[in-house]
Amino acid sequence: MSEIKESISKETVETAKSLETYKYGFTTDIESEKAEKGLTEDTVRAISKKKQEPAFMLEFRLAAFRHWLTMEEPEWPHLEYPPIDYQDITYYSAPKVQPKKESLDEVDPELLATFEKLGIPLSEQKRLSGVAVDAVFDSVSVATTFKKDLLKHGVIFCSFTEALQDYPELVEKYLGSVVPYTDNYFAALNAAVFSDGSFVYIPKDTTCPMELSTYFRINTEGSGQFERTLIVCEDNSYVSYLEGCTAPKFDTNQLHAAVVELVANENAEIKYSTVQNWFAGDPKTGKGGIYNFVTKRGKCAGKKSKISWTQVETGSAITWKYPSCILQGDESVGEFYSVALTNNLQQADTGTKMIHLGKNSKSTIVSKGISAGKSVNSYRGLVSIKKSAEGARNYTQCDSMLIGDQCSANTYPYVDVSNPTAQLEHEASTSKISEDQLFYCNQRGIGTEEAVGLIINGFCGDVFKELPGEFAEEATRLLGLKLENSVG
Amino acid sequence: MLTIQDLQASVNDTSILNGVNLQVNAGEVHAIMGPNGSGKSTLSKVVAGHPAFEVTGGDVLFEGKSLMDLDPNERALAGIFLAFQYPVEVPGVSNADFLRLAYNSKQVHNGQPEIDEDAFSDILKEKAKIVEMDESFINRAVNEGFSGGEKKRNEILQMAVLEPKLAILDETDSGLDIDALKIVSAGVNKLKSKDNAVVVITHYQRLLDYIKPDFVHVLAGGKIIKSGGRELALELEEKGYDWLLGDKAAVGAGSGGQ
Ligand SMILES: Nc1ncnc2c1ncn2[C@@H]1O[C@H](COP(=O)(O)OP(=O)(O)O)[C@@H](O)[C@H]1O
Ligand SMILES: [Mg+2]
Repeated sequence: MSEIKESISKETVETAKSLETYKYGFTTDIESEKAEKGLTEDTVRAISKKKQEPAFMLEFRLAAFRHWLTMEEPEWPHLEYPPIDYQDITYYSAPKVQPKKESLDEVDPELLATFEKLGIPLSEQKRLSGVAVDAVFDSVSVATTFKKDLLKHGVIFCSFTEALQDYPELVEKYLGSVVPYTDNYFAALNAAVFSDGSFVYIPKDTTCPMELSTYFRINTEGSGQFERTLIVCEDNSYVSYLEGCTAPKFDTNQLHAAVVELVANENAEIKYSTVQNWFAGDPKTGKGGIYNFVTKRGKCAGKKSKISWTQVETGSAITWKYPSCILQGDESVGEFYSVALTNNLQQADTGTKMIHLGKNSKSTIVSKGISAGKSVNSYRGLVSIKKSAEGARNYTQCDSMLIGDQCSANTYPYVDVSNPTAQLEHEASTSKISEDQLFYCNQRGIGTEEAVGLIINGFCGDVFKELPGEFAEEATRLLGLKLENSVG
Repeated sequence: MLTIQDLQASVNDTSILNGVNLQVNAGEVHAIMGPNGSGKSTLSKVVAGHPAFEVTGGDVLFEGKSLMDLDPNERALAGIFLAFQYPVEVPGVSNADFLRLAYNSKQVHNGQPEIDEDAFSDILKEKAKIVEMDESFINRAVNEGFSGGEKKRNEILQMAVLEPKLAILDETDSGLDIDALKIVSAGVNKLKSKDNAVVVITHYQRLLDYIKPDFVHVLAGGKIIKSGGRELALELEEKGYDWLLGDKAAVGAGSGGQ
């Protein structure tokens, strides 16, 4: 374990100015149906009843809830926040007019307008070509595009609620198989109260014909968002999935505790990308940002299966997130490409776990942390090579970049090797944007802000090239926006 | 075009430039020579506005206006280009992306439309020919893993793309083999016109065989201690600097062609 703390010279940078650029900070005025605040067994039962769930689901929730009561919130992350009052949260909030999923015409126009404003047009005429979108508003999926077209290929893409109605046996088979409710505090909480999310099933020998995407939007103040995503890729199949998220500006912090489970069977590949832009809170006081406690894990169950996580984390007041891979199949491959940017008072403790079980399994970790303002950015990673993992290999690269002299970067790379044939490589660096680099760009006529963007972009290049299509540009723009005024 | 008046500058309270005077007009080529550590690079950086140096006295005028209140990028946009003695690496950023951003900054400054990737790629290929640079360098990260000579050539490529009014070449010849020196010099000469000016900082007469200066200045101890014509460079080549350093009478006498 190593801890790196460094700072940058004052001349290069000024203290970060306020970040008034969060353009997704609006709320939609829409009538919602909310549960009373607080969490008891009755809350759990009520959610399940409301959604007319099959019996196994209620059992799962209750078991999770009872287990959660016995657990304690983790204290090991390098994060500081006031205690969360779990009784002061609304665990279910949904737009009152429940859209019929058969036709988008019946979706509340206010909702369609909201998503359009966010750059996610859902209507037949305008929707993004080549990308199917599941739009989740507060806790509920409001629309899924291209559902029928996908079904022609045997691909199931729908909300979790629908999946429980239409494909209960598939959900029952895989739910909790990668992230059991006993896994951690937030996973248990999610298992008890999750209200919706996306479900994806790719049958054997199928390459999903388009990108799948879920767009999460928190709207109601004081409501927690607990969604669950389950993606199953059968033998010889492929899917690329992208998740995006925003939330309005609130004065109170919102809790977001999601669970994502991926299962890749023999020779299957899942590419999961995230561009996270939750509201980060007031730049000066930190008030109102999202607390993002997310459990993401994929199981490379079959031989030669592959799971690739790519994440660009720019928002949230607090990020606690370790997208991980269980490399069970022989010759399976796990990848983690991450850019985590923190500014102002943001805190991130993020990284990955690669658990090698299969022979000749291989993992790659590329983590780029960028800290500005007074933020704290920690990489935490575990590479575990179990006894059975003959010939396993890992490559880890952890780079940190510091902007300003009040931020910090930490790296905690844990390694646990039980098979002597394992080959591990680790590289780490901490850099800052040097005065000479900025001057060089300036001397070519490039303004300081653009120069910082350019340098950061170069720094993140290895990760951005993993993002699907136009999202690399989106990510570049987002980082630029987030760093505006950070460098003097 | 460029008027340097009694310029004094320091870094970390150590005085480095002690009253430099220099006049450079459009169409002229000036050479600045002088011993190591005499302040040649500092002079070029102060003109370009490097934040590490504090100007403690004097002024620098470009086209009649003081540069002192302009940021480095504004000076660049005004038409000042510095080919660095030690070009900086920008990891992960391709030469093409870097230069397009620079080019478009200039376009915007001049009220011209920005240029897209394809159109710029054509411009860049054309310009690369001027310094006989292999196209493969265009997509490599800026100066990353470039040899010393390649970096210098890359600087002149940038100059070719940005077409500055005033180019200051800081020891661009160091690290170049004789063939590369000819190519780079030919490139600079191609870019020269009656409307722009070049200041070359060099230790070697051999560069001046290719880029022929109208004026030669000797900078020592942060001052121009002697100015002359092309023949001064030959004299320096022969005699070194010692004879000048002892010659107190020459101190402060230097100002360039008027
Ligand atoms: N950033 C700096 N910090 C401290 N000293 C510097 C710095 N830059 C230049 N100097 C000093 O200023 C003097 C002139 O340097 P320089 O301008 O690079 O000389 P030249 O280019 O003529 O060889 C040298 O003594 C050098 O060590
Ligand atoms: Mg020098």
